[in-house]
Amino acid sequence: MARFSPYDNNGGTCVAIAGADYCVIAADTRMSTGYSILTRDYSKICKLADKCLLASSGFQADVRALQKVLSSRHLVYQHQHNKQMSCPAMGQLLSNTLYYKRFFPYYAFNVLGGLDSEGKGCVFTYDAVGSYERVGYSSQGSGSTLIMPVLDNQLKSPSPLLLPAKDAVTPLLENEAVDLVKDVFASAAERDIYTGDRVEIVIVNAEGIRREYIELRKD
Amino acid sequence: MTSVEGLLVCEQDSQRTLSPYVTGTSVIGIKYKDGILMTADMGGSYGSTLRYKSVERMKSIGKHSLLGASGEISDFQEILRYLDELIKYDDMWDDGNSFGPKEIHNYLTRIMYNRRNKFDPLWNSLVLGGVKNGQKYLGTVSMIGVHFEDNHVATGFGNHLARPILRDEWKEDLSYEDAVKLLEKCMRVLLYRDRSAINKLQVAKITEEGVTISQPYSLKTFWGFNAFQNPSKGAEGTW
Amino acid sequence: MFRNQYDTDVTTWSPQGRLFQVEYAMEAVKQGSAAIGLRSKTHIVLASVNKANSELSSHQKKIFKVDDHIGVAIAGLTADGRVLSRYLRSECINYSFTYESPLPVGRLVVQLADKAQVCTQRSWKRPYGVGLLVAGLDESGAHLYYNCPSGNYFEYQAFAIGSRSQAAKTYLERKFESFMDSSREDLIKDALFAIKETLQGEKLTSSICTVAVVGVEEPFHILDQKTIQELIESFEIREEEVADQGAAMQEQSPEAAPMDI
Repeated sequence: MARFSPYDNNGGTCVAIAGADYCVIAADTRMSTGYSILTRDYSKICKLADKCLLASSGFQADVRALQKVLSSRHLVYQHQHNKQMSCPAMGQLLSNTLYYKRFFPYYAFNVLGGLDSEGKGCVFTYDAVGSYERVGYSSQGSGSTLIMPVLDNQLKSPSPLLLPAKDAVTPLLENEAVDLVKDVFASAAERDIYTGDRVEIVIVNAEGIRREYIELRKD
Repeated sequence: MTSVEGLLVCEQDSQRTLSPYVTGTSVIGIKYKDGILMTADMGGSYGSTLRYKSVERMKSIGKHSLLGASGEISDFQEILRYLDELIKYDDMWDDGNSFGPKEIHNYLTRIMYNRRNKFDPLWNSLVLGGVKNGQKYLGTVSMIGVHFEDNHVATGFGNHLARPILRDEWKEDLSYEDAVKLLEKCMRVLLYRDRSAINKLQVAKITEEGVTISQPYSLKTFWGFNAFQNPSKGAEGTW
Repeated sequence: MFRNQYDTDVTTWSPQGRLFQVEYAMEAVKQGSAAIGLRSKTHIVLASVNKANSELSSHQKKIFKVDDHIGVAIAGLTADGRVLSRYLRSECINYSFTYESPLPVGRLVVQLADKAQVCTQRSWKRPYGVGLLVAGLDESGAHLYYNCPSGNYFEYQAFAIGSRSQAAKTYLERKFESFMDSSREDLIKDALFAIKETLQGEKLTSSICTVAVVGVEEPFHILDQKTIQELIESFEIREEEVADQGAAMQEQSPEAAPMDI
């Protein structure tokens, strides 16, 4: 007999890389359930502010609810402060929002990327119940186990134990980072059935926001 | 646990849908040149028993939308009551504004997701199609609130059997005739392969002009294949 | 000594069929500094006069963004105005959360009016002492509404509220027939001229007025001081030029029709 389960896993992979003056946020556009594909063109990236984007995978209904909560909270913030939220502020808000549902969690795996108030790239990475950390790069979602070690190998961030602390931003140029993102997604799509169809890559820098798409395996 | 407590728990549990009773099978929706076409058969299954044979699983919602449902029939009819109320209050403003398919789809998504949050789901997969201001809209919501838009959507078995056909053959500017043919092709496959599908179906159309839902009709089928007529042939020793 | 027996609470009628407390609330609107609004087919402009309470203080904010497609200008008790703006904002946010589309302006205005109406019928409440000009754009086009403490609301092509608003109304009444096809710039210009009328000879500068615009492809926003100052200056120059030309024309053809008043 079919039993009710409030969760589903709709798959998907998210990556973000912070540079000195840019941030790349990427996610594939496939949405699945079990062995079926629901749609090949669903964006997992949500623009929360001019310089702050959220890529999330996991359970799509929770992800969308989370995005809507954050967008609404951001509207209130703008009314009250007459400015947009900074990326680190949004990072804290996301953590609080996730933890608020600690005992009936949003099944969502998030990477928040953008520029901080100094214009430096920043990436925040989360678990489903809100613990988070500012990092130089991160990957979340169904393909993260395939991608994360490659990023570790290619981007070797300075040890967080170093004193004085060193910036976690990657040394790559913007276009090198974009190329790396394309490669890791093409690779993840080879082995992860929940990653595929297309990657949406968003690049945030001083000029604004730019989007690129590349096709992935459709099988 | 005392028996009194047990009774209370039982009473609470019985207020929730833990599994569906009477269910409808797949719904398919596609965009075509002038709007949206949707199709569903009219069967209502009680487990594996074909309990009802004339269930209407597609209804128009307001002026610009069409809703199709698979899953628990009673929950679908409850949803129709919610939407009737929504549309009534929308019309009562009498100010020229009206909900389009996008608004209805979002509203339904909120309802489905809210109910799953209460662990009291509406046991349906819904397909919502519509046209407003020249914009075609086709989306779907599941019972736990998963939702998306696409050029073609299908619920249940339709997602396994019909959508591969649609991915092959669907085009942006299908004529009405070709679109109906495509839908019938999908429904025929479902009829052959989905145990709970029945050969009595409707096709619904929504365009800028409004909604029309066809009279029930059946598809031509061919059951004369050898394997169908004598299934145990070539499998000696079985029944 | 004469004393009004029927004005000590909102819910008591006078024998003439009036509710004095409500009327007093409407007086509060008239005493606030002026706010005006006008619209074309595609744009709505709101403008307000900012009066600082003292030389030492700054002025209060009188124009609020409600959503990307709606904004309000207020006259009267600004504190009440802020409360109502907050209500309008939350209604808009809630609506777009549920439907992912903007709340129709007319509906928001009715909700606001109903909220104001409740205060005229409850003994333990007082009416809001603020008038709101609600400017918004929706599916059915550009709208400008006036909401009154009494719970009444009206739709306008152009309107002015607050102290000395009659002068602005006269200006707008003279010109409103052409507003429907006005460009955005002309609307702003007329808004500034209407504001100027309420100043009674005081010089119009960007420091004593606020202007906001909402229109097709243009989310509601308050213009910054520098832009307004530039506009005021450019209009003043052109006004002088027009005056010169007008004088010259008069000399050439004394028969020319006199300017409409």
